Amino acid sequence: MSSIMTHAPALVIAFPLLAAFLVPVVSRLNKKILGIFVAVVLGFTLLITLLMAVRILPGNPLIYVFGGSEAGLTLPSGYTVPIRIIFHIDSMGIFMGLITAIVSFLGAIYSIAFMDKHSGLEKYYALLLLLATGMFGMEFTGDIFNFFVFLEIASIASVALIAFRSNLSGEPAEAGFKYMVVSSISALMVLFAVGLFYGQYDVLNMATIASVMKFTQLDKIALILLVTVLAMKAGSVPMHMWTPDAYSEAPASITMILVAASQASLYALFRIIFSLYNITLNTITIGWIIIILGLLSMFIGVTMAIIQKDIKRLMAYHAVSQTGYMLLGVGVGIAVLANPIALETFGIKAMEGGIFHIMNHAMYKGLLFLTAGALFYRTGTRNLNKMGGLGNNMIYTAIFFIIGAAAIAGIPPFNGFASKLIIYESVFQFNPLLSIIAMLVSILTLASFVKVFHSAFLGPKMEQYKDVKEVPKSMLFAMGALACIIVLFGLFPDLVVKYIVHPAVMALINQSSYTAVILGGM
Amino acid sequence: MNIGLLETGSGNWNAIIWLIMFIIIGISAIWIRSHGEDQYKKNTDQTKPFLSGNREISKEDSHVGASHIYWGFTEALKRYYKPMVALHTGNINDYSGWIILVMAIIFIIVGVS
Repeated sequence: MSSIMTHAPALVIAFPLLAAFLVPVVSRLNKKILGIFVAVVLGFTLLITLLMAVRILPGNPLIYVFGGSEAGLTLPSGYTVPIRIIFHIDSMGIFMGLITAIVSFLGAIYSIAFMDKHSGLEKYYALLLLLATGMFGMEFTGDIFNFFVFLEIASIASVALIAFRSNLSGEPAEAGFKYMVVSSISALMVLFAVGLFYGQYDVLNMATIASVMKFTQLDKIALILLVTVLAMKAGSVPMHMWTPDAYSEAPASITMILVAASQASLYALFRIIFSLYNITLNTITIGWIIIILGLLSMFIGVTMAIIQKDIKRLMAYHAVSQTGYMLLGVGVGIAVLANPIALETFGIKAMEGGIFHIMNHAMYKGLLFLTAGALFYRTGTRNLNKMGGLGNNMIYTAIFFIIGAAAIAGIPPFNGFASKLIIYESVFQFNPLLSIIAMLVSILTLASFVKVFHSAFLGPKMEQYKDVKEVPKSMLFAMGALACIIVLFGLFPDLVVKYIVHPAVMALINQSSYTAVILGGM
Repeated sequence: MNIGLLETGSGNWNAIIWLIMFIIIGISAIWIRSHGEDQYKKNTDQTKPFLSGNREISKEDSHVGASHIYWGFTEALKRYYKPMVALHTGNINDYSGWIILVMAIIFIIVGVS
């Protein structure tokens, strides 16, 4: 058991990565068990991630040195800086890892029935596993060049998965191409920033760069490049326009994972600001930049969502809007990072709200995209104008949709309410206007999902859908599991905040402990 | 009652208490309703909606499609929506342009701060 825990960070990457290359072999042996094989692999990955979380969340970061004589030996005798690739998993990293593990596992289960009529499934499942690998790597690595590599793995797998259903029409290919272009821009900028760090400091380990950071002009340029492109990858307005294209054209199970992949970029943005730069930067300026990006995302995202007729495009704009809440909460934390009194009074709480919202959003937006996929699975359309009365025949899907919609609209007692309430009340102490805008956006979110519910589920049975049945059990299981998490997180938000969110926030804020784990208090 | 008690920074929130209150109020509402007028007769004119004396159209025809919902909202805000929709061109050149523009703005803000 201790051996598994020692190598757990490597196993979380190795399981899906090796399975991705085994998928074509399994497909040759028996195509029917392909989905089950992938679900089992990702189930094991989830189990290992949970075991790591139990160890890490109480405040014991996990270090894994690749190729070293010992997994935890960051500085072998005679070395003053780490030279190997190191996985550095603290409470924030494992918080994100849990999200990735849950959504990729449930995405695989949902895919068993959802994708069963498609051909080329060995490619689909291999790409799904590679996407999960890339996301885990982005969240666990402590090496900035290694982060770039995993970002690329996740991006390339995402492009192929978005374009996977190009046999239906040309639109998935177009969406995949657009995502490829914006991902390439972001990858180039990240690589350029990595070059700037390496050129100045001769190291790639993030904790080491943080310990010698001088905030030179080159560091400023690197910061700007990283903030911009990672905010774009997270879907922040006005760089959000790829999200409706990509999220709507990808299969629903993949859209759910793509939401978590965007959040992995958001995590990277926060990690770089807090762990790499921290108070060396002008926190008020950067904080307000993040807050303004958040406000724009919240408001423009929701107002664009309300006029959509395509259910997945509508939900995609809501994903943009919800990202705004996370940026707002954490942006307030950044703005007061150099002010210990304000940070203690409301900054930490605002960050808890923002970080808690990442987890909540992954769950309820995942659920909503899966319900949209269920509707598409049975009706063959995403056009809300062509839907109606489906609640008569798809009662479980309707119930899951209500849970997801209530959560995203911030209705108690669901999880979205808990994180939004923390954001409203803490941000109010920073600037009441920001809080009022956030509440207004929630009202518009509710209005938008009332429209979807009315259009798709209410009304008399339509002639063309009179024989529609409920979706298969594997799809119901995935939706049901997410619905349970939403309800439980909503009923017991205090436990989630205390044991998962608060440690994650403190791991972000406390830069000295981040560097000390690697450098031993240098 | 500390189970489920979430500190929000300015106060507290307890979903369990909210749920208990919801159930109590719901049961009270049902109890009050059960003591109301019992002259209701199913399948009579009592159950039909009154639409200013007009005949009710069929249920199939009365379903309001997604495009017609919030028409008034979007019509009232058309001065906001017209440019906003126009900005979402679907053109990848514009997507890239926005990234460069935002980067340039942040460069200026961080550069002068």
